[in-house]
Amino acid sequence: MTTALNAEQVARKINKAFPGVVVAADKAAVVVTSESLFKVAEFLKNTPGLDFDYLGDMAGVDYTDYFEVVYRLVSVTHNHSLVLKTRCYDREKPVVPSITSLWRAAYFPERETYDLLGIIFEGHPDLKRLLLWEGFEGHPLRRDYL
Amino acid sequence: MEIDKYLSPPSELDVAEGKRINDLFAASQQPIPDPDSWINEEIKRNVWITSADYVVDWARSRSLFPLMFGLACCAFEMIGMATSRFDIARYGMDIFRWSPRQADVMIVAGTLTWKMAPAVRRVYDQMAEPKWVIAMGQCCISGGPFRESYSVVPGINRIVPVDVYVPGCPPRPEALIYGITRLHQKIVKESIKKA
Repeated sequence: MTTALNAEQVARKINKAFPGVVVAADKAAVVVTSESLFKVAEFLKNTPGLDFDYLGDMAGVDYTDYFEVVYRLVSVTHNHSLVLKTRCYDREKPVVPSITSLWRAAYFPERETYDLLGIIFEGHPDLKRLLLWEGFEGHPLRRDYL
Repeated sequence: MEIDKYLSPPSELDVAEGKRINDLFAASQQPIPDPDSWINEEIKRNVWITSADYVVDWARSRSLFPLMFGLACCAFEMIGMATSRFDIARYGMDIFRWSPRQADVMIVAGTLTWKMAPAVRRVYDQMAEPKWVIAMGQCCISGGPFRESYSVVPGINRIVPVDVYVPGCPPRPEALIYGITRLHQKIVKESIKKA
C-alpha cells in the first residue's frame, strides 16, 4: 500500500527551497501559488528522498470563488504519495502552468480540465477540447454554466 | 479573445466534426414521429395484395438481421440476449451484423451523446430498406437521467425514427426478446407497397 506523506512536512521542505510559495498546508494536501507550481513540481520530482516520478491523477475543481487544480503525485521508488494543489482566482482567464513536460501523463487530463472547466494550462503542447466537440459553447462543469 | 494565444489552432478535422455535430444539433430539436402507417394497413389492404404481403412479411419477420449498436451498459444485456442462454437464433436472428449494409434492424442500446449522434444517423442511412430501429433502455428512449445534460441526446427519436421502444435500465434480455416479437407483429402488418 502506498503511504500518503504528511503534507505539512513536505511543505516545510518546499518552503525551505522556495520561501513564500506555500499558501496552505495540512496533513492531506499542500497548496502552492499558481505562478510557482512548475518549479515546485520540478522540485518534488527531482529531489532525492521525494522522487515523485509518477503522476497518479489530476483534476480541476470549481469552488465558485476560485478554481483549484489537484495533482496526486506518486513515487514508485519510495512507494509514497502526495496531494499537491494550486488555486487561480481569475474566472475570465484562469492560467496554470502546464506540467506535461515533467509528467507526460498530464497531457490528457489537462486537456480534459480545459474542456470541462476552462482552466488554461500555459505551455501545453496541444491545448484543445478533448471530450466535447469543436465549437461547443462554454465549459459545462463550471458552477455558472446554465 | 485574450485566451486564444494559449490554445492550439483548431485542426481541419476537428472543425469539420464540430460543424457536423452542431448542424445535427440544430436540425434535431423536434422528435421524429414514430412510423405508424402499419396501424391502418389492415383496413386499406385489398384481396389481391394481401396474399403477397402475407408471404413477404412472413419471410421478412422470420429472418431479421440485427445490427449491433452498443453504446453503454445496455449493450451487455443485448450481448446476453444474443448468446446461448437467451439465444435469439430461435427467432431467426442468428448473427449480429457489423455492417449496416447487411442488416435490417438496428438495436440501439445505451446512452446516445451528441458526439455519437452523426454516426447513428450515418449508419441508419447506410442500411438498406426495409429497415427498423429498436430503442433499448431509458437513456436511449428519452435521455433518461441525463435528459437535461449538455451532451446527451434527449431521445433517439430526434435522430432516427423508432419502431419499438424497450424500456428498462437496462432491460433484461427477456424484455428485449419481447420487443423483438412485438417488432415481428408489426412487420407482418406492413404492406410491401410502402417499403
